[in-house]
Parts: sequence; C-alpha cells; structure tokens
Amino acid sequence: MKPASFEYVVADSVVKAVNVLSEARGEAKILAGGQSLVPMLNFRLVRPAILVDINRIPNLAFIEEMGNAIKVGALTRHYQLEISPVVAKHLPVLASAMTHVAHLAIRNRGTIGGSLSHADPAAELPMMALLLDARLHVVSSKGERTVAASDFFRDALTVDLGEDEIVTEIHLPKLPPNTGWGFEEVARRTGDFALAAVAVTVTASDGKIAEARIALTGVGPTPVRARKAEALLRGEKVETKLIERVIETVRAEIAPDTDLHASSDYRRHLAGVLTGRAVSAAWKRVTESIT
Amino acid sequence: MTRTRDINVTVNGKIYELAVEPRLLLADFLRQSLGLTGTHVGCEHGVCGACTVLVDGDSVRACLMFAVQADGCTIETVESLGRIGKLNPLQESFHAHHALQCGFCTPGMLITVTDLLKKYPLATDDEIREGISGNLCRCTGYEHIVKAIRAVKAGAAS
Repeated sequence: MKPASFEYVVADSVVKAVNVLSEARGEAKILAGGQSLVPMLNFRLVRPAILVDINRIPNLAFIEEMGNAIKVGALTRHYQLEISPVVAKHLPVLASAMTHVAHLAIRNRGTIGGSLSHADPAAELPMMALLLDARLHVVSSKGERTVAASDFFRDALTVDLGEDEIVTEIHLPKLPPNTGWGFEEVARRTGDFALAAVAVTVTASDGKIAEARIALTGVGPTPVRARKAEALLRGEKVETKLIERVIETVRAEIAPDTDLHASSDYRRHLAGVLTGRAVSAAWKRVTESIT
Repeated sequence: MTRTRDINVTVNGKIYELAVEPRLLLADFLRQSLGLTGTHVGCEHGVCGACTVLVDGDSVRACLMFAVQADGCTIETVESLGRIGKLNPLQESFHAHHALQCGFCTPGMLITVTDLLKKYPLATDDEIREGISGNLCRCTGYEHIVKAIRAVKAGAAS
C-alpha cells in the first residue's frame, strides 16, 4: 500500500524539529531511519499531517566515550553500532545484540533513537537499554531532561515521550571490569523480531557473582528486567541447580502474550531456556577471563 | 494534493532533476518516474527485500524511504550492475548456478549481496544464509543462491 499525503519538513537542527512538533500539537511525527514508521505509513496505520525528517541534522550520529559511559547520538544507525570498536570494547553484549537486529538493509537505515522511541515489544534495542541502565537525553521546545530506560518504556509502542519531545542522545554506562555477558534469541527467521530474547551481564568478585542483570524482550508489552532472578544470582557461583532456580524464577516473573507467532506458554518456556543459556555463557566468559 | 518538491538525484551515474510528491516511495520513483523497472516491489513494508537498492553505497529498502529523502544522494539499482551480454561476476555466478527461477527476488538479492560482500567475510554458508535472510525467494529454496554467492566469494579470493 501507499502512504496518505503528508507535509514534509526537513529539520536542519534539533531546535527546528521540536518547534515543528510543538506547533503541530500531536499532528507531526519524527522521521528518522523510517524502518518502523514507513511500514506503518504504508499500511496507513498512522496518518500524521506532517513528517519531520531529522536525517539531515548534523552531529546527531556519533558514538563517543565519555568517562565511564558511551554516548550515542540518536541518529546513529544500527550498522554503526554493530561495527563500532568502542562498542565492541566496552559493550560487547550490545555489539552481539546488534547482529540480531533485522537485516543489513534495515540496519543501514534504522537508528537507535528511533528504535527506542518506537519501542516495539519484541525489539532488541529497548531490551539492551534496559539491561545496560541507559539514560536517554530528551529535548523539547521548552527544555531538556534525562530519563532512565527503566522509566522510559511504559507499554507496547508507548514511551515516556511527549508529543513535542525528541530523544537526542543515549548514555550507556560501560560494563564494569570482570563482567561476562550472554545474549540469546529465537526468531522465526534470522533478523525477524524475537519470539523471545534475553541479555545477561554478570560481574564477578572473589569467584562469585557480585552483580547480575537479566533483561528480556518479546515476553510482554515492554522489555523487562528479571529482578528476582538477578537477586538469586548475587553472591553465588553459577552451577546447574542455581541455573534451574533462575530459569523457574524468570518464568514466574514474566507474563508473555499469545499471538500469531507463539503462545504465551511457549514464550515463557523459551524465555527460561534462553536465560539459562545466557547466564551460563556470561559466567563462562567472566570466569575464563579472570583465570 | 500536497505540493511537490524538487529533488536532484544521481541514479546509475545519470543526474535527474524531478518534482516529487513527498509521499512517493523511492521504489515507485525509480520504477514509475524513471522507468527503471529492474527494482521490484513486493511487500511494501520492508520484509521481502525485493526493492533493495544502494543509496550512497549502502543497501536500503526502497519501499521504506521516500524519494524526497534521496535529494542529493547517489543511487544504484540492479541496472547498474551489468547488462545482457555483459553481466558482472555476481550476475554471471547467479546465471551459472541457476540461482534464479522466476527472477522476482533477483534484483534485491543481487544488490543485497553486493553490499554484503563489501561488509562481511561470508566465510561460511551459515554467514551467507544469514546475510540473505532478509530477502525472500519462493522458487529456489536458496540452495543455488548460496552456491552462487559462495562461488563469487571463492573467485574474489583467488
């Protein structure tokens, strides 16, 4: 299908973009990579009066080190995250996740700011933002604010973003030393949205887990952290019995939906299996690099 | 009717200056405005890969981009790769390995693989299959396409 007519505005600055959003009072949408928005326009699921193209705003695509964090510009394409040496060095779990994001032609266009703002319930990047305790920098015509990923994702395709606001930067804290990671996903076809996916980091100290993070996607309206399962891991060594308890805990913590692609029960089962694998992989990475 | 915008694009080495409606998809612009029907339109929502073209050297879905966004860009479509009697090595390999039957997916496949060959080692069949997983083919079962890509890779390496 073809999109309905819209007015097309090229924003050459963030200020211009948010001013158009503000004046349009909810009738305008930001066009970034367009890899989620344009399908919705083609299906006429959305019919905004105005599209504000931000692709020509300078200095909105970058990956920079800033102390203990990596600063990523909202217009950074998925492929740039996938191949970034900075990401590979400090956030290898994110580099791994990026290879699961759609296909090359989509990764060449799609942006991190767009993916987070769109918040598909089965997308990888919202899960990674939640896992890595990301902070999103948000700008409107009235001012700026920072919001934690844990507060940002509200419901399916619904985020803490006003109709006149735009995400401009994402701050991702580097993984601490002695941290291992795991990433597991099952999709119907490589590059499709996840039926379930899980990302894990474990930070070791004195041969035990000091800190653990488990995030899942595809198992509910928003990505989730499995906080109870994380708590089980703290202070422990990873062994078969513990992994079994973690798997059961994760399954109890989530409430996946049934849809065309998979039932709730199957997704719950899958989330457990994948968590077990990801925790084992994370533990293996951290113990092998320590010893 | 929304007012049109003037755009200036270079497609397969030729410069075009045209007025387009903002909602005109790049795929439809190439096919209908320029008559370059080598780019195929399948699903129109980014799933099938048939409309994949190169924009400033990177493969993109031409159904997920508006022509107006391509202002100032350089675009290469399947027509740029070769022509009958003078196919490029990738096209030759598709021909030699029976990597197409109906041919609908072929332009998207060829453009996708052109970008994959630049960006990934494609050292194993698994990598090749993963690379083309965003391009649907309903005829070949992919076996011959994988063979054709493997052969090009081997040829390029030797």
